[in-house]
Amino acid sequence: MIYFDKVTKIHHDGTPGLEDVTISIAPKEFVSVVGHSGAGKTTLLKMLLAEDRPTDGTVYFESTDVHALPKSQLHHYRRKIGMVFQDFRLIPNKTAYENIAFAMEAAGRPQDEIELDVPHILDLVDLGTKAHHFPSQLSGGEQQRVAIGRAIINQPDVIVADEPTGNLDPVNTYEIMDILKKINELGTTVLITTHNKGVVDSMGRRVITMDRGRVVRDDQQGQYVL
Amino acid sequence: MWMMIKRIFTSGAKNFVRSGAVTFATVLVMSVTLMIIGSLIFLSAILGSTLTTLQDKVDVNVYFVTDAQERDIVGIQRKLEGLPEVASVTYSSREQRLEEFRARHEDDELTLQALDELADNPLGASLAIKAQNPSQYEGIVEFLSKDPTISPAEGPIIDSINYYQNKTVIERLTSAINATERAGLVIVILFAIASTVIALATIRLAIYTSRDEIAVMRLVGASNGYIRGPFIVAGVLSGLIAALIALAIFYPATWYAGKALSVWLGGFNLFTYYLSNFGLVFSIIMGSGVLLGALASWLAVRRYLRV
Repeated sequence: MIYFDKVTKIHHDGTPGLEDVTISIAPKEFVSVVGHSGAGKTTLLKMLLAEDRPTDGTVYFESTDVHALPKSQLHHYRRKIGMVFQDFRLIPNKTAYENIAFAMEAAGRPQDEIELDVPHILDLVDLGTKAHHFPSQLSGGEQQRVAIGRAIINQPDVIVADEPTGNLDPVNTYEIMDILKKINELGTTVLITTHNKGVVDSMGRRVITMDRGRVVRDDQQGQYVL
Repeated sequence: MWMMIKRIFTSGAKNFVRSGAVTFATVLVMSVTLMIIGSLIFLSAILGSTLTTLQDKVDVNVYFVTDAQERDIVGIQRKLEGLPEVASVTYSSREQRLEEFRARHEDDELTLQALDELADNPLGASLAIKAQNPSQYEGIVEFLSKDPTISPAEGPIIDSINYYQNKTVIERLTSAINATERAGLVIVILFAIASTVIALATIRLAIYTSRDEIAVMRLVGASNGYIRGPFIVAGVLSGLIAALIALAIFYPATWYAGKALSVWLGGFNLFTYYLSNFGLVFSIIMGSGVLLGALASWLAVRRYLRV
């Protein structure tokens, strides 16, 4: 479903970000990418989202070459991927409800569908009572749950989460991972990057370990080994 | 399509209301800009009216000798009126000129007594000529002096033309009027450019605070047009409100300025000008406000939409 074919990225300043990375991810997998800061995890995700282009190699998403897509098609492609970030990246002057609804509005979904789906998703991430709070009125864990709600609202094929628990305490971390696991069980592919050994070990799923831009381990039932 | 447009409008209006302080600053700066643009309209109106009053005061008088025949004079008047440069020619008979003279010197006993001593009216008839444009007097005077009918065989009928006495004054006035018009235009353009740049910078700053938001919208899969739309709507709203503020402030401002300046400006009243030309001022101010807001937002967002 996602296939990185010998992807190399050399940054503008000449430092290598990725070197000859080949990864294949099947539908409905739950994949954790681990590694030190600067190992190339975020660069890998940026390649997938077409936020940055590889110096060499190709990234395929369901047999389309992601970087060959014209600019006018890019936003259609991005709707197939739900993004979650370490710093949440909610729109500050929109409420929790509006942040989630925005993703549906941007995708051109009709109003009645939005009014039906958003409360449902808010319940799923356990924020039913805080729908009309602004991000500044929510805790970190709650903000991340809004972000996950936003990521899944358009029923994407993949959820990509860059250090989703990086800013959260253990309780919230556990809750977020629980939600991601639930989403995966409902049939969505999940790709996360993380530093958190506890998170990776407790999942018992596929783990890709990166170091200095290269894939050094790829275990089907992996542990955090560095 | 219609649904997307509606969403862009509601979202733009919501952003406008919710980013209170930034919106307030933007509207304020824009209304100052629009007020400058508006005062340029008033300035050019003042200049224009002053120029016409001044130009009105310039004329050339042709004085005829006392025994000139009225039909000769009328013949010259007809000829002058036939010239395209001439705006009007007014004939004053000898009796009218005498009355005017008496009126002008009614406090001057000595002169009036001297006038009474004379058996006959010493004043000749005259023609007052107004040109369309001050620069055309020279040609009119030349036309007169070359015309054969004014110097028939029985001797010249024109006593004097006061153009030669007024020549330097007329020339100076003409060049002063032209210089003022040109300088006024330059100032107008400079002010307009400066204030527009300030307004652009302010809006760009306001949108700079939203750059992360724009990045998120892109990642969520919003098209560029859908991201840009609400910002442009908010920009247009700022422009509209700024224009209303500027128009509202003009009301007392022109009333006060009109009262204070109307004597000095030869009866020209800014307040009446504002009221009678409200449609024009309204559309210029509204138009500039909307254009400024939309253009500035469009330019500012474009920077953050590049991948």
